[in-house]
Amino acid sequence: MNNDTKSILLVGVGGQGTILASKILSEGLARKGYDVKMSEIHGMSQRGGSVTTHVRFGSKVASPIVPQGGADVLVAFEKVEAVRWLSYLKKDGWLVVNDHKIESLPVITGLAEYPEGVIEKLRREVPNLKVFSASKIAEDLGNIKSQNIVLLGALVKAMKLDDIDWKPVLKKIIPPKLYDLNEKAFEAGLAQ
Amino acid sequence: MKKIMTGNEAIARGAWEAGLHVAAAYPGTPSTEILENLATYKEVYSEWAPNEKVAVEVTAGASIAGARALAAMKHVGLNVAADPFFTLAYTGVNGGLVVVTADDPGMYSSQNEQDNRFYASHAKVPMLEPSDSQEAHDFIKQAFNLSERFDAPVLFRVSTRICHSKSLVETAERIEIAAKPYKKNTKKYVMAPANAKERKRVMERRIDDLKAFSEATELNRAEMNGGKTGIITSGISYQHAMEVFGDTVSYLKLGFTWPLPERKIRDFAAHFETIYVIEENEPYIENFVKQLGIKCTGREKLPFVDELTPEIIRRAFFPDSEETGGYEIDAKVPPRPPVLCPGCTHRGFFYEIAKYKDIVATGDIGCYTLGSVPPLGVNDVVLCMGASISGGVGFRKAFDKAGRKEKIFAVIGDSTFFHSGITGLIDAVVNKAPIVINILDNRITAMTGHQENPGTGRTLMGEPTYQVDLKAVCMACGVKEENIRLIDPYDLKQTREAIKAGHDAAEPFVIITTRPCALIKSVLKERANMKCKVDTDKCIGCKMCLKAGCPAIGVNNGKALIDRTMCNGCEICAQICPKNAISRED
Repeated sequence: MNNDTKSILLVGVGGQGTILASKILSEGLARKGYDVKMSEIHGMSQRGGSVTTHVRFGSKVASPIVPQGGADVLVAFEKVEAVRWLSYLKKDGWLVVNDHKIESLPVITGLAEYPEGVIEKLRREVPNLKVFSASKIAEDLGNIKSQNIVLLGALVKAMKLDDIDWKPVLKKIIPPKLYDLNEKAFEAGLAQ
Repeated sequence: MKKIMTGNEAIARGAWEAGLHVAAAYPGTPSTEILENLATYKEVYSEWAPNEKVAVEVTAGASIAGARALAAMKHVGLNVAADPFFTLAYTGVNGGLVVVTADDPGMYSSQNEQDNRFYASHAKVPMLEPSDSQEAHDFIKQAFNLSERFDAPVLFRVSTRICHSKSLVETAERIEIAAKPYKKNTKKYVMAPANAKERKRVMERRIDDLKAFSEATELNRAEMNGGKTGIITSGISYQHAMEVFGDTVSYLKLGFTWPLPERKIRDFAAHFETIYVIEENEPYIENFVKQLGIKCTGREKLPFVDELTPEIIRRAFFPDSEETGGYEIDAKVPPRPPVLCPGCTHRGFFYEIAKYKDIVATGDIGCYTLGSVPPLGVNDVVLCMGASISGGVGFRKAFDKAGRKEKIFAVIGDSTFFHSGITGLIDAVVNKAPIVINILDNRITAMTGHQENPGTGRTLMGEPTYQVDLKAVCMACGVKEENIRLIDPYDLKQTREAIKAGHDAAEPFVIITTRPCALIKSVLKERANMKCKVDTDKCIGCKMCLKAGCPAIGVNNGKALIDRTMCNGCEICAQICPKNAISRED
């Protein structure tokens, strides 16, 4: 069995940048010498649907899929998505939640309700919880789109992966004119 | 250093290293990025073909001409390309020919879950199945060698989790392989009955050689860890099984899966008390093992629908194991289905047509399938690529027999129209079906992530090219010019009038929308600062604007609220608002 394999699940809404964040994450882990597997689903779900990306690393990783109750860290880019995927968080795993609300179309049109008090309920249930508004931080830095990099920073902190030199990885993957903004976003996430 | 690559990137890289000359595909999730990546290698000629049949025929021609060639498609694409695929098994190849089929267990982005491994056994074509990106890279190189060695096309079967999972790959350099000489050989390549009979005999004799190879090759390997249980598996299922059972069991890991190695399976099975066959989708390997008279367990424990995961395997084989479920809170999670994007150029058309209750809308495959979702809720049927128009003809004829008057509106995108809608249009014209054909032309193949198509004026390799004119095609197929409307779907009045004219027409009628997809880079740039706003003094909270099904509009304190970060200022909602409360920001 691959007992040293660590699992990270990133969940969000199509268009929030989960895939780019996981790409940077996997590249950094690979540079550190880990065996890495990352799995994502694109296609139809990208169109504003619920999206997930699985990242697993260790000395030798078999399946690319994070099982239920198997995520060492669950990063939710939207708060109700944290609830949708909560059963994937390992006991005593870390939950990182972007305190940000995106209503789905059934909610907007009144066919479904957006639950109230999600964050409070999470606080009561999950001991290792980081909640903050990555969207607000990114907006204040100049572009809400950097919320994914803020969350990546927070994930790196929660997962104690700050011994990896992330800046060259960010530099490789992020276009030059957006680099400075995203470097700040990453640092803001690390500080959470 | 090893590179981290998706399966699709690894296939492209491996094929390039193998000296590939010609590649063709039609975009389809999860296969699309194979050709997108191949197009970055200048040594390979890569093209988007109008459909998968054309793609396989292009590569068939290239192979017979002496080049190494590769066609890639999603699983249902091979149905479209089945005609040349089956007969290629008779002709064999000259340069190596590999057909990649990307299956979609779980139907993340597909209309069915067919298991294309059966195409290999049906067409009698050798098949390879990698289980991660490294194998995708290594196996595709072998596939070209095997194709040439056995004078047969090779089916390369992957699935969503292979295509879209990243793992580490040790790459190599490209080996330049000269195209093989071409010599006319009608007995081999002209499949008239007399020649085809002879070639069928050749194909059948080839199977013996392939069987011998299947027994000998390291692509099919036993991993003996002792224990009383042996697992036979292939593809991604091997990784999932490893995750669950680790080295407590032994594995027969199959990478060359048609023809299957009978002796290897018998020898492996003889070592164990219990044999499990772990595979996704159909019991393809399991049926074979059972035919050999070997007792095994697979399908009776594993589900026959949806993607296979380690979790499902664990529950199936260790039903008493402790549930490892993490946390739970008491909150009802609302569904979040995919929807048409803010600013989608299809929205205006669906909004207007949704007003008609006396119509049937036959839909098609693409973003506009989402026109089926409430509040738009338009399509009655979505079957396969191109079926909107031809299916619409059938609806018309059946309704005529039944004395029903509902108008038929076929709804299809530009790329899908080029793929297999044109033949349906010809059918509608020639067989006099007065239906309305709505070509939602957004100047791109959108759903699969923005690929060029025959209407966009650019090739996969980035060269400007001839742009097929949709209106001219419709006219050439016999639609009268007065029965064609070109409209801007952001203009609801224009859209409404065109739909009304189509509804009232007694002949085949065509509506073509002409606005490019809102997500095309140049459009995003052009509209970056176009936003709509709500005048809350004027807004009466009637929620009419919500009927457009736009994710950028919500309600706050009883009034409409527009999310500026999402809005692209299309003004559909502004045109719907009965109180003129919505307008563009200055």
